[in-house]
Amino acid sequence: MAAATLETVQRTDSLPVIVLAGDWTLATLPQPLAPFERRLRELAGTGSGWDLQSISRLDSAGAIVLWRNWGRRWPASLVVGSEHRLLLERVEAIVAELPGRSSERLAWLLVPGRLAIVALDHLAGMVALIGQMVLDFGYLLVHPRDIPWREFSANLYKSGAQALPVTALIGFLIGIVLSYLSALQLKNFGADVFIVNLLGISIVRELGPVLVAVLVAGRSGSAMTAQLGVMRVTEEIDALATMGVSRSLRLVLPKVVALAVTMPLLVIWCSAAGIIGGMVSANLQMDLSYGFFIDTLPRVVPVANVWIGIGKGLVFGLLIGLIACHFGLRVKPNTESLSANTTSSVVTSITVAILVDAVFAILTRSFGIPL
Amino acid sequence: MEARPTAVPAIQIRRLTTRFGDVVIHRDIDLDLMPGQMLGLVGGSGSGKTTLLREIVGLLAPSQGSVRLFGQTVLDSDPQRRRLLRRRFGMLFQQGALFSALSVFDNIAFPLRELRLFDEALIRDLVLLKLAMVELEPRHCRLMPAELSGGMVKRVALARALSLEPELLVLDEPTAGLDPDRSENFVRLLKALQNELGFTVVMVTHDLGTLLGLATRLAVLADHRIVASGTVDEVLAVDHPFIHNFFGVRHDMAAAGPRAS
Repeated sequence: MAAATLETVQRTDSLPVIVLAGDWTLATLPQPLAPFERRLRELAGTGSGWDLQSISRLDSAGAIVLWRNWGRRWPASLVVGSEHRLLLERVEAIVAELPGRSSERLAWLLVPGRLAIVALDHLAGMVALIGQMVLDFGYLLVHPRDIPWREFSANLYKSGAQALPVTALIGFLIGIVLSYLSALQLKNFGADVFIVNLLGISIVRELGPVLVAVLVAGRSGSAMTAQLGVMRVTEEIDALATMGVSRSLRLVLPKVVALAVTMPLLVIWCSAAGIIGGMVSANLQMDLSYGFFIDTLPRVVPVANVWIGIGKGLVFGLLIGLIACHFGLRVKPNTESLSANTTSSVVTSITVAILVDAVFAILTRSFGIPL
Repeated sequence: MEARPTAVPAIQIRRLTTRFGDVVIHRDIDLDLMPGQMLGLVGGSGSGKTTLLREIVGLLAPSQGSVRLFGQTVLDSDPQRRRLLRRRFGMLFQQGALFSALSVFDNIAFPLRELRLFDEALIRDLVLLKLAMVELEPRHCRLMPAELSGGMVKRVALARALSLEPELLVLDEPTAGLDPDRSENFVRLLKALQNELGFTVVMVTHDLGTLLGLATRLAVLADHRIVASGTVDEVLAVDHPFIHNFFGVRHDMAAAGPRAS
């Protein structure tokens, strides 16, 4: 491939003629382009004639470079082959202005309003989803044959059984850390034995449910949103609808119910691991015997705390499932929307779980705390 | 445009063998395609047409044998050379494969911006020119891929494939999913562009109208190898059950109307 060249030739009379030769293509245009274009512009300014007949190849990039340095108009005198002229005519036909986006001057004023509308929209969507679930429950009570057992058990396994190792590990480690740090403080007051009260109440009532909520939101919530989202992108949800299968019954309900069932169990599992971690740490750190720990635990931690933990697990599970499905069904068929909705799903789930946890703390303040 | 002076084949495949596990897809395939030719690759489903296409563009490494484009191996070990070679061909995917998060304009501008050689004004002109070439209007620029009809997706994908002025265009089922009218339009458009720009074409298609409307050469994949290749008439003269089956329809069409020619 020959590089693009240009030279000025003085022919017989009057003005010189600029002769272009070589390949004027995307690959062969000189780099950097700016000085080359400046030279072209200067030459165009002299009003001389142009001879393009020696150009062997001209592509759209070359044609555009020529056209815009001619000042977007035909030079006074031009010699060019017919096929290259065709290309230049195509370039001439390009509109000068793109249909631009309409920009509003006080656009920032609209932001709070838009946010409020979006929030209301989400709220309405959630309410509609909850309503649909209640209707589905009613339908299933009348038609128990339609209960989606397979989907339910698949979700139980994915969000429950497969989450066992990671929840146990996290619970155990948090138990160790909490026990170790508390022991350092309690020793100062000679209150070593209260480690059992401290660990018992904090893990069973508070840490277990919240830890599991965060883990499940990140693990199962994101997976559910992404799954529903991709099913929307690939029109699988529409395919289900045309087969007369209700998407809420087959996709949403099993997920939400499975999470509501597995979350309390995971909370018990995670809390148990946390307490075992705390017990091991207390034994190593303060020589607190396992027997004493296990013996003391039920006496200082009223059983109400266990019920509060399980109750939280149930509510968090319902909420995470609903939020994940809500965002999953809002995915538009493009990758950007999929990633945005998955992010929103996880962030919203965790935030809502912690907000609801605070509400729980207020509502249950008179239960399960030994005086 | 003019035929290139050197006679380096645009595509040169030598003794190509593909295996997935124990399953043999291709066995000792040889294929040559000269610049400016338009090759239609046909074969039954599962005969490995798309696999061969993916090997040509270097998305898949063959088990044995070599693929050379313009005399260079596609899977060159030097990343710079590989990149330069990849700029010389464009691929049109079956589903368009437009970037769903980018608008039509940004989709076509993407390969140009990746070059980092041109300013935005030049890129804008180039994109609008490509849009005009595939007969779309400037007002379609701001649309997102999800808002396009099937025919428009193909056109935008074609504009994107053409944005780097490729010497070779690889088409995977260019008219699949289009109605006969649009598919005929698309074939006409491709043919006109090929006349104007002079690129080489290799395509996989099931659609006889597309095939006979565009291809100047045919290669038939069957029984793990290329059982026939050459001009349309040469291939039709070959005695092979698949060819009889596939082109049997064509004789009927030729008898029924002039569209097939």
